[in-house]
Amino acid sequence: MPETFRDLIAANRRNSVLLMTLFVLFAALVALILSLAILLSIMPDAPLEETLSHALGVGAVAAAIAMGLVALSYFEGDQLVLGVSGAVPLEKAQDPQLYNVVEEMAIAAGLPMPKVYLIPSDAPNAFATGRDAQHASVAITSGLRNKLTREELQGVVAHEMAHIRNLDIRLMLLIAVLVGTIAMLSDFFWRVLRFGPTSSRSSNEARDSDGEKNKGHPLLTAVIFVLAIVLSLVAPLLARLIQFAVSRQREYLADATAVEFTRNPTGLADALSKLEADPTELKLANEATAHLYIVNPIAKFRGLSETLFSSHPPTQDRIRRLRSLAGERAEPRA
Amino acid sequence: MHPAWIAAIAAGVVAVIVIGIYNGLISKWLETRNAWSQIEVQLKRRYDLIPNLVETVKGYAGHEKETLERIVQARTSAMAPGKPVAEQAAAEGQLTQAIRGLMVVVESYPDLKANQNFLQLQEELGATENRIAFSRQHYNDSVGVYNTARMSFPANIVAGLFRFESAQFFEVPKEEAAAIQQAPKVQF
Repeated sequence: MPETFRDLIAANRRNSVLLMTLFVLFAALVALILSLAILLSIMPDAPLEETLSHALGVGAVAAAIAMGLVALSYFEGDQLVLGVSGAVPLEKAQDPQLYNVVEEMAIAAGLPMPKVYLIPSDAPNAFATGRDAQHASVAITSGLRNKLTREELQGVVAHEMAHIRNLDIRLMLLIAVLVGTIAMLSDFFWRVLRFGPTSSRSSNEARDSDGEKNKGHPLLTAVIFVLAIVLSLVAPLLARLIQFAVSRQREYLADATAVEFTRNPTGLADALSKLEADPTELKLANEATAHLYIVNPIAKFRGLSETLFSSHPPTQDRIRRLRSLAGERAEPRA
Repeated sequence: MHPAWIAAIAAGVVAVIVIGIYNGLISKWLETRNAWSQIEVQLKRRYDLIPNLVETVKGYAGHEKETLERIVQARTSAMAPGKPVAEQAAAEGQLTQAIRGLMVVVESYPDLKANQNFLQLQEELGATENRIAFSRQHYNDSVGVYNTARMSFPANIVAGLFRFESAQFFEVPKEEAAAIQQAPKVQF
C-alpha cells in the first residue's frame, strides 16, 4: 500500500523520539563522566559517593547556566530573530491574499492566527518562530511572496505552521541546552586539566578516615580520565551532529504535516523546486539563523546538504517524498 | 513493605493514569466542538461580503438584475434564523450556487474584472470558500483524532467507564450538495 502522509508523520515522530532519547542519555553520560573527571582532578582522594554527588552537582550547575542562556532565547528569541532578519509586521490591508493564505492554514492546523511579517528581500525564503502556538510569528520574504503562486505560497506557509504546531522551535531550544551543557563541561574539563591542581599525586599516599573506600581509586580514576579526555574531544562534535540530524528529521516531519494541512503535496513540492533553483542569497541570514528557514538561505551551503552537517535535508529528497505522496513520478514538472 | 502501602501506591498510580487519559479525551472532544463552531463562523463571514459585491457589480453590470437579485435572496434566506439543519444546509448551497452564477456572468465584463475593488472581493470570496473548506477539514481531522484516542487501548476502558461517545464526521449535507451540483443558472 502506498505511503500516506500519516505514515510519514508517524515514522518521523518515532525517529524523533528515538533520537531525542539517545541524545538525552548520551548527554547525561557525558556530563557525568566529565564532571567526575573534573572533580577527581581537583580532589583525587575524596570518597567515591562524595565525588559522585559533587559530580551531579557540577553537571546540574552547567545545565542551569546553559538553561539560563537559553531561557532568554526562549522568551525573547522570536523578537530577536525577527529583528535580525529585518522583518516588518504586515497588516491584512497591505496584502490581503498573503494574510488570507496564513489564515487558511491556521484554520486547517487548528491554531490561533500567528503574527505575519514581511522581509524586504528578493531571496525567496520563509521562517516561523515563537515558543508556542499562542506566541507564534511567520515571516515571508517579499521575494518568495512575489515568485510563488497562491498554491505554492500555501504550501510554504503550511510548512511553517507545521513547525509551530509540532513545537519544533521549543525542541531545537532544548537540544541547544544539551549541546551547550556538553560544550561547557568539555571546556571546563580542559581548563581544569591545564590549570587546576595536578592529578598526578598518587592516591595511595593519603588514606583518610574512610580507609578502605579509597582502594581501587587509581584504576577507576585512570579509566574515567581516559574516557573524559576522549569524550571532551568527541562529545561536542557528536552533539552537534545529533543536533543537525534532529533538525533534518523535523524538516521532513514539517513537510509531511504541511500535506496534512493542505491535502496538496504538489503545492509545496513546486515551491521547493522554485526555491532550490533560485540563486539569490538572503543577506541578513547567517549561520546562527540558517536552520530556521525553509531552505538553507546560504546558497553555497545547499550543496553541502548531502553531509551530516546540514540543518536541512537535500531539497531534491524532500521534493521526491512529496511527489510520491501525490502519486506522481519523482521528476519535477517541466 | 506493608501490603496496605503497596496497594495504596498502586491505586495512586492507576488513578494518575486514569486522570491523564480522561483529561486527554476531554480536551480532544472539546477540540471537535471548537472546530464545529469554527465552521459556522466561516459560513457566516460570507454574508458580510455580499452587499459590497452586489454594489460593485451593479456599477458595471447593472442590467444583470436576475443574477444580482438571486444572490441577495439567497443571502437573506441563509441568514434567516431558526431553520432546521437540512434547510440551512440547502440555503448555504443556494448561496454558493448564486455566487458562482455571478462569477460566470462577470466573465463578460472586462472592465469589471479589472476593477481593483472587484478583484479584492473576488479574492475574499475565494478565501472564504477556502476557509469554510479548511474548517470542515479541521473538524474532520479533530474527529479522527478523538475517535482514534477513544477506541485505542487502554483509553477505551476509561471511555467506556465515563461514557464518552464517538463523534460524527462532517459530510456535506445532501441538500447543500444537491444545490451545488446543478450548473449555475445564467442568463445573458
